[in-house]
Amino acid sequence: MEDIAEKGLQVVVGLAVFAAIIGLIMLVVDRAPKTGREKVQIAGFLAPALVLLAVGLVFPALQTSYLSLTDRNGDFVGLDNFVWMFTQPEALVTLRNTVIWVVLVPLLASSIGLAYAVFIDRARGEKALKALVFMPMAISFVGAGVIWRFVYAYKGPEQDQIGLLNQILVWFGQEPKQFLLDAPENTLFLIAVMIWIQTGFAMVVLSAAIKGIPTEIVEAARLDGAGAWQQFTNVTIPTIRGSLIVVVTTITIGTLKVFDIVRTMTAGQYETSVVANEMYTQAFRAGEPGRGAALALILFLMVLPVVVYNARLLRKQKEIR
Amino acid sequence: MSTVPLDKEPLLPGVDGAPQGRPTMQKRVRQRLTSRTATAAAVIIAVIWTIPTFGLLVSSFRPEDNIKGNGWWNVLTDRQFTLENYADVLSPGGSQSPNLLSYFVNSLAIVIPGTIFTLVLGSMAAYMFAWGRFRGKDGLFIFVFALQIVPLQMALIPLLQLFTQVLKFGDFQLLPSGTYAQLWVAHTIFGLPLAIFLLHNFIAEIPGEVIEAARVDGAGHSTIFWRIIVPLATPALASFGIFQFLWLWNDLLVALVFSGGGADVAPITQRLAEIQGSRGGEWQRLTAGAFVSIIVPLAVFFGLQRYFVRGLLAGGLKG
Repeated sequence: MEDIAEKGLQVVVGLAVFAAIIGLIMLVVDRAPKTGREKVQIAGFLAPALVLLAVGLVFPALQTSYLSLTDRNGDFVGLDNFVWMFTQPEALVTLRNTVIWVVLVPLLASSIGLAYAVFIDRARGEKALKALVFMPMAISFVGAGVIWRFVYAYKGPEQDQIGLLNQILVWFGQEPKQFLLDAPENTLFLIAVMIWIQTGFAMVVLSAAIKGIPTEIVEAARLDGAGAWQQFTNVTIPTIRGSLIVVVTTITIGTLKVFDIVRTMTAGQYETSVVANEMYTQAFRAGEPGRGAALALILFLMVLPVVVYNARLLRKQKEIR
Repeated sequence: MSTVPLDKEPLLPGVDGAPQGRPTMQKRVRQRLTSRTATAAAVIIAVIWTIPTFGLLVSSFRPEDNIKGNGWWNVLTDRQFTLENYADVLSPGGSQSPNLLSYFVNSLAIVIPGTIFTLVLGSMAAYMFAWGRFRGKDGLFIFVFALQIVPLQMALIPLLQLFTQVLKFGDFQLLPSGTYAQLWVAHTIFGLPLAIFLLHNFIAEIPGEVIEAARVDGAGHSTIFWRIIVPLATPALASFGIFQFLWLWNDLLVALVFSGGGADVAPITQRLAEIQGSRGGEWQRLTAGAFVSIIVPLAVFFGLQRYFVRGLLAGGLKG
């Protein structure tokens, strides 16, 4: 109990300090002299976030970028780390896996989420059905790792299976299988976990977007005799396009950054590693910060096209407004 | 779309009997069919999505020997249940025990302030990006948006050095190790780009006249922000807050780097990963432990669901 009280006190102090800082900013912003008040106000609102981002993200990222050009002793080695990445077989497997992840997870999670959102829209028990698919989103990656390791659990053919998937194989007269050990399909079984988690996110956001479609448009389409599929392709998709892009982008970025699933389920062994995991392994386990940093930079480059696309879209929306 | 209930049609009198022709029998049948297929597909998805968790939940109540001996679906014939697994993982019984209660409290203590800090700072910045007038706004906003893709791993080591070496003045450490402070700040930093982006999208949709009117009345930015923006953006704040809460609760990597790993600070996910790594075959502990770790997020989700859905309906998280 003492322990809990002490932890509670820490939280209260933390919140109080934060509130004091925000209060101070508001006070300064309001009392600023008339000339230049606008500037002070803008700075007051933006500065806390921007300073944190600069110190905690931009500067460290630059530092890491420099690291990618150095070896384990910190000596400058030019592009050696990148050469390593694109020539060594184990590094190439990592790159290949990452591409598979980034293609499959956003695509499948968004499609299943969208299909599900459409299917259950205004259906009976919609709330409960939504909650079931959203639930995995509430589960930590570590928890999901436990859940799916249990689904994939393997026992020898002569024993009773405790993993559901192997039991299903046995029921169909097949040999039980080491789902997480046999490359290359084991990557797909890890990807399934991520899809299982992300579909709920896609579904919740897209369902909300679908509900935001004005009823008049839907009614008009129906009066014109549009079938369910036509309504879907001609009304639903174009109207929720913005949300769809947000969903796909968010999941893509999440997929690139995810390492918990690979880390806890296989630790990147058996040819399942992805760039985010390999970066951790190289930088924090293998004592190769240069290689880790180089892998981080590659991640950055892989996602750049997505961001550029998104940024252009944003600008276009602004122009329309 | 296809599940728009047929019984809704009478609400629109005259539609069915409109002169351009009643829906033919064929069309009706087809509509009902797609509706049925859709429902069936939805049910199948729901079942696939639920079974893994359900299996683990059932297992967590089974005696150790049963969990390790046969599949959880055998409970249909072999109804033996126990709470022992939960008692075992929660009790603070020596260093061998999972001692999850302590880590559970840590998770709450990390996640609640972490979420609040991100929401406040994120919405303040989002407001300026949406309604402030200054040069280079769009470029800066896109830059912040782009920061989302900076992988966490890139920032971890420099940030840890910053906390432990740079922000240290003699014996005084601004963000002391062995407390939650480093985790709060780290989580806030990593959450800000997405927070700013999503909240901006919502706040920018607030009708300009409302803000203009307040401005004409002489209201400054702080008044507008707290009196108009925050109340109007509550749905979006709630929605993002819930997601941020879940993300922080999910986190393992940031905890690994900044918590030090002890029962003083480390969150429950870190402990669970430890148990999984060192005792991967102890399913009685893993199953119960996994459920202890997901109770809070589930409670948050179900407790706030109505509010959450209402927020989304109002256009929260809208692209």
